[in-house]
Amino acid sequence: MQNLAQQLINYLLHLADTTLILSQRNSEWCGHGPVLEQDIAITNISLDLLGQSRNFYQYAAQLINESKNMQDTKALSAFGEGVGGEITEDSLAYLRTEREFKNLLLTELPNGDWGQTILRQYLFSQYQYLLFEQLQQNKDEQLAAICTKALKEIKYHIRWSSEWVLRLGDGTPESKQRMLVAINELWRYTGEMFIAVDYEKEMNIDLIALQNNWAEKVDVIFQEATLSIPQNTFMQTGGKTGTHTENLGFILTELQYMQRAYPNSQW
Amino acid sequence: MVKALLDKEKIWQLLSTVADPEVPVLTILDLGIVRDVIVSSALEGLGEVVEIIITPTYTGCPAMDMIGIDIKLKLLENGFKKFKITSVLSPAWTTDWMSEEGKRKLKEYGIAPPHSRADDTANPVIECPQCNSTNTKLISQFGSTACKALYQCQVCKEPFDYFKCH
Repeated sequence: MQNLAQQLINYLLHLADTTLILSQRNSEWCGHGPVLEQDIAITNISLDLLGQSRNFYQYAAQLINESKNMQDTKALSAFGEGVGGEITEDSLAYLRTEREFKNLLLTELPNGDWGQTILRQYLFSQYQYLLFEQLQQNKDEQLAAICTKALKEIKYHIRWSSEWVLRLGDGTPESKQRMLVAINELWRYTGEMFIAVDYEKEMNIDLIALQNNWAEKVDVIFQEATLSIPQNTFMQTGGKTGTHTENLGFILTELQYMQRAYPNSQW
Repeated sequence: MVKALLDKEKIWQLLSTVADPEVPVLTILDLGIVRDVIVSSALEGLGEVVEIIITPTYTGCPAMDMIGIDIKLKLLENGFKKFKITSVLSPAWTTDWMSEEGKRKLKEYGIAPPHSRADDTANPVIECPQCNSTNTKLISQFGSTACKALYQCQVCKEPFDYFKCH
């Protein structure tokens, strides 16, 4: 069993990794969006997510360094192996391995077509909004402050992505068909959001309420978009504890390339 | 003590000349980015220590690093050597902190200024900064920077940025 400080650090890393990987995925659209305005929109969302992830990494790094100073060697070995000296937001993002990443599986899946990308964004943003609403009441003030600030941005992400779900779901036969494929592809990765792992248990999150509220919101949008929520889907898990799909390795290879090839290089 | 007060006033005055890198017509004071200036007397013989408290507009705003550097340069140029810049997240920045002067300058620059949060709706009516028509349409929720949305005026046909209410 991890102590409370370690659980908070792991939870922050989970939030940081999740937003970083989704940001990285969305940024793959840069220069490839269906029209210029939407290219700008998805990359703006990517930037917001990257900003959130930096805040979580910075805070995690601060806590890790503090526990290091207290010579809590157990905490140190869990986060600092192979990373000499001071832990920073950069070392956490660039020098941890695949099994150390705690992002949701949903965020590492390939972008697929535009329909799949915006559906993932909608399912995630809706979840993130409800989760951060709970976290802004968290007794940890810095975690609450990061989430309070992010909520303002997530509101735009939901508005934008849900409009796309409506447009494509209730659009042409082809766009609808593509949305059905996207739902089929993504749905099995949504269950993980609501299944607590060890480090989440003391974070005071009501996952049952979160899941119910999320399902309710998604159902409203899906009905309007003439889509339906799949029933009895087997849910994949593992991302939160470091067991990933094969996709994450490829993402990290690209994301971490510069720091791996030229350690400590700077722009 | 008197010196500290004078310095504080001088620093606010210097900060009022630091422009936002993305919207250079606005200063960082117009935007409400600077939350406080604290001048405290340090140990004897060491002079004063100055702390500038700033807050980011958007979480991922890439201009924040630049703003930090600009503040640093401005203070160094004017003889301040001991200072630190602290970034705080709470309370979260809002466009309600933008000065009236800032809103006026934005409009002159061709960017529609933000509504106050009290008047904000999902589909706000935005006035064209060129011809003042309210017959405008949203092109995209996201514009050239995180803080702006893209609109077009239906009357004069001019596309323009709206500084989103936040």
